[in-house]
Amino acid sequence: MAQNANGKNKVLMKGNEALAESAIRAGCRFFFGYPITPQTELAAYMAKMMPKVGGTYLQAESEVAAINMVYGASAAGARVMTSSSSPGISLKGEGISYMAGADLPGVIINVQRGGPGLGGIQPSQSDYWQATRAAGHGDFQMIVYAPSTVQEMCDVVTDAFDAADKYRTPVMILADGMLGQMMEPVVLPEPHDPSTLPEKPWATTGHRGQRAHNVVNSLYLTADELEELNVQRYERYAVIQRDEQRAETYLTEDADIVVVAFGASARIARSAVNAAREAGIKAGLVRPITLWPFPDDVLEATTSTAKAYLVVEMNMGQMVDDVKLVVSGRAPVEFYGRAGGVIPTPAEVLERICALNAEAGE
Amino acid sequence: MSATMREMRLVLAGFGGQGVLFAGKVIASCALLEDREVSWLPSYGPEMRGGTANCSVTLSDEAIGSPLVTAPDALVAMNQPSFDKFIEEMEAGGVCVVDTTLVVDTAAAERRDVRLCAIPAATMAEEAGLKGLGNIVLVGKLWAETRFCERDTLDAAIEHCVPARKAAMVEKNKQALTLGIEG
Repeated sequence: MAQNANGKNKVLMKGNEALAESAIRAGCRFFFGYPITPQTELAAYMAKMMPKVGGTYLQAESEVAAINMVYGASAAGARVMTSSSSPGISLKGEGISYMAGADLPGVIINVQRGGPGLGGIQPSQSDYWQATRAAGHGDFQMIVYAPSTVQEMCDVVTDAFDAADKYRTPVMILADGMLGQMMEPVVLPEPHDPSTLPEKPWATTGHRGQRAHNVVNSLYLTADELEELNVQRYERYAVIQRDEQRAETYLTEDADIVVVAFGASARIARSAVNAAREAGIKAGLVRPITLWPFPDDVLEATTSTAKAYLVVEMNMGQMVDDVKLVVSGRAPVEFYGRAGGVIPTPAEVLERICALNAEAGE
Repeated sequence: MSATMREMRLVLAGFGGQGVLFAGKVIASCALLEDREVSWLPSYGPEMRGGTANCSVTLSDEAIGSPLVTAPDALVAMNQPSFDKFIEEMEAGGVCVVDTTLVVDTAAAERRDVRLCAIPAATMAEEAGLKGLGNIVLVGKLWAETRFCERDTLDAAIEHCVPARKAAMVEKNKQALTLGIEG
């Protein structure tokens, strides 16, 4: 441990371990998972630390079992988490949909690897659509955080648990193999005592003859009743879209070329933006921190100066549609990405920024 | 001996078990202890499963972009395949520290624009009763060539990184550092 300038204790931690430690500090006392590269250190850390804080770590027989254990612990009112990597998240999809249908909070971490199928084990961002559009069947969305540093991974874990409880919804943290495996200095969040967290009067904790039964369920066979629940849920989603959008802007005030990138690729894009500025190009970066709700308002603000947009991702272009919906034809939206676990270099991104700038100047 | 390298993009590479990840962690911890920006990224892919391991370490005073080092200005190579692979990727003017115990052929790489510092680190460690600490001898040598941190920080980083259950290894690691610095 080292003291930084503010007197805070900094530690050097792997992203996967920082996610786990921050979850424990956020009051998470139940973790159910199944090993898969590149997130296994997260589960291993939980296996070691949960018993020391009176929590439960359980390696389930499968990802499907793990997410259903999350459903159970959440229904009983606990702060609970699971984690996996891309193929394992697909298996959890059914359980995530059930949680959404039963209005159950919980945090799901996806340390993405290349796909589709078993794919590879190198870093990727190719589960953007899965996370923001269709993690499972039915009419539902979930809040998706996309941290880009190990410090931000620590910070969003606390936010994810708080938002999950506040809106009674599953929340996903979308990381990737690079962020999970790398170490950076972090200041860990202050620990929360789970007994001090807000009460959950809807939880199935035993009525002791004092109140009516609480029921946690996602099966509604009467169409009108199910429609009404969907409508109510979408009213909550509207509040989330209004209040929970989050993004960082970097040098966008006068930017001609606005790069849009999240997570690991935003780190690379930021280096490219710096290099472009050194070359005299007015480049800037919008970095969505929430992918759903997508930070429409922050991106909208850049349209007054932007001559062109460049979306940079470690996939085949899954965020491009969300950017186009905001830009709405007012400027060209181009894409540069690498897929399958290949990590783009700042030089590659810089080349695209230069080309776009040349076209925009014509 | 050269000027202080506050900014360093380093690759450490060798066989699994030679301690390249630990050596990288020691260097990363030096930056942590001096409250500088640092990132450490290990290889965890198929190359690791095939027996070689490497990690990227970036030290900086600015926020770090990609933690993956693709054009290193410093390289620590502990075996021949790692030397052959990464020497080609190095920036001109970089420093390459190699352990000649296993890197027997450095002539093939025609990189006259890279400063080559060759020492038999593993052999030196073994002869000094520090078997298995060739990695730390190389950290010492790299420090002597680049001064990537304060000298005292190196010892502090060893104390920081050696787990409590192996406390007896702290002194040996410090001796290995000195051996590399003076070697």
